[in-house]
Amino acid sequence: MKRSGRPSTTFDKINATFMVLLSATMLFPFLYIVAGSLSSGTAILQGRVSIFPVEFTWVNYQAVFKNAAIWNSFGVTAFVTVVGTFFNLLLTSLMAYGLARKELRGRTLIMLAIIFTMIFPAPLIPSYLLVKSLGMLNSLNALIIPSAISAFNLIIMISFFRGLPDGLLESARIDGAGEYRTWLSIAIPLSLPSITTIGLFYAVNHWNSYFAAIIYIRDPKLYPLQVKLRQLLVENDAEQMMQAVEVNLSSLEGIKMATIIVATLPILFIYPFIQKHFIKGSMLGSIKE
Amino acid sequence: MHKNYFLKHWALYSMILPGVVFFIIFKYIPLMGSIIAFQDYNVFKGIWDSSFVGLKHFDNLFAYPEFYRVLKNTILISLYKIIFGFPAPIILALLLNEIRKMAFKRTIQTVIYLPHFLSWVIVGGLVINLLSPNYGILNELLRYFGFEPIFFLQEPGYFRSIIVVSGIWKEVGWSTIIFLAALAGVNPDLYEAAEMDGAGRLRKAISVTLPSIMPTVVVLLLLRIGDFLDLGFEQVYMLLNPLVKSTGEIIDTYIYEVGLLGAQFSYTTAIGIFKSIVGLILIVGANELSKRYTDHSIY
Repeated sequence: MKRSGRPSTTFDKINATFMVLLSATMLFPFLYIVAGSLSSGTAILQGRVSIFPVEFTWVNYQAVFKNAAIWNSFGVTAFVTVVGTFFNLLLTSLMAYGLARKELRGRTLIMLAIIFTMIFPAPLIPSYLLVKSLGMLNSLNALIIPSAISAFNLIIMISFFRGLPDGLLESARIDGAGEYRTWLSIAIPLSLPSITTIGLFYAVNHWNSYFAAIIYIRDPKLYPLQVKLRQLLVENDAEQMMQAVEVNLSSLEGIKMATIIVATLPILFIYPFIQKHFIKGSMLGSIKE
Repeated sequence: MHKNYFLKHWALYSMILPGVVFFIIFKYIPLMGSIIAFQDYNVFKGIWDSSFVGLKHFDNLFAYPEFYRVLKNTILISLYKIIFGFPAPIILALLLNEIRKMAFKRTIQTVIYLPHFLSWVIVGGLVINLLSPNYGILNELLRYFGFEPIFFLQEPGYFRSIIVVSGIWKEVGWSTIIFLAALAGVNPDLYEAAEMDGAGRLRKAISVTLPSIMPTVVVLLLLRIGDFLDLGFEQVYMLLNPLVKSTGEIIDTYIYEVGLLGAQFSYTTAIGIFKSIVGLILIVGANELSKRYTDHSIY
């Protein structure tokens, strides 16, 4: 771009200032919660916390880590995220590979049927009754199997497989490789960045999923993290947690903030990986074709 | 002949089989199960033995004032979301596009995409914290300037604005991606030609950039209109409480509470069908209008 040669104008300065302010708006709530989670209860309640901890303490995090129910829901969510994402990727990439191939007759019809489910989704109650009649109520299967393929992610993956050079797949077959072999040792490795990105999307969805769990799960032992978190934040479950630690520094508010941070850390941890693949916007750009 | 074709390509067909079975079981069977909207569905009798009642539940739907309130809330929140939330990422993408220092641009992008990856439970928690009348930063500011603190989350008048603003906060950065991709595809020759004609930056933005990304804008707007009644359950449910139900209860939360918790299966399935049909009409209608007036369409 030749633009970099020009001197910056008033507009550039205003624009840059606006961007900095906008970023501050995006970051501020986090910093505030981090600071609060490390501050004493009185400091929070007196409104003395902004983005730096006041009367620094770890006591809120101790309360979170001493809570068996939070550990348990962490485990549930980790399991659903790992197993669920693997299952998502397996089914999605198999189907995408098949539908990307011109040899597969009837693929236009199947594509239309898939797109139709996006425009005209089934209502909630019949979906719930189906999961119930399959005996999956109150089991983690209900959080994995009914969301095995996202039509949106499937379509993105098809467009990627279609973009692979025909010659490569052809030569693999001439060498005597079957379809499954070509899928596993050529198509997937060649589109690894995009498959990773889609895997991260699925993983984030599992990690953040709340609705499916409150519909299908009744047993508190199987509550995923988001359900537990919501109970703490909104339904004031935090009181018992306070009793586990020194009362003079901890507070309901501080414990809630610490729980928010603990539940967000894994997302913040994988964020750089997602970011790496997505910053150019190349992936979503290619769906338009 | 046909048989041979399948035999030759059996491996390919076996690959799509699990996916096809998935879509049939989890998307199409519930769609057929929507037939309970025309029954007085009874859990013990099941779908085969429950009696058919025709359009009774659809009649009820339009007879209940409760439903109109819920529909009105859904329409208003959705409308505000489109009016304020749809143009926001387009404007933001255009502004980002004007930044010349790549490192600065990337840093900004990294920060503004981040909220997209937080769950609605977390975002709800952040909103509750920021708006708390006791220690929330917003009320601290009000107090500082000598105002009385406001119980934001208990005032029906604030609920819709809170939903719209927190929704924009979470998604605006992420939504710029697709527009930035469209912007990156604009032919540089067009800018050069415009420069030769003496066009300034604003002129170029209006006469070159905007028309170039118009197809993307129109397609996304059409898809958004198709989702008009689909506000998403989680965001609203997280902040909903009995004091703000009058302005905050939407179709999705109503179906959950009345249908699932209240076991009114047939009635709420009728609402679900109503929602999907409205969505279909809106997307087809908007697409036709768009074809006629803008030459852009989804299909």
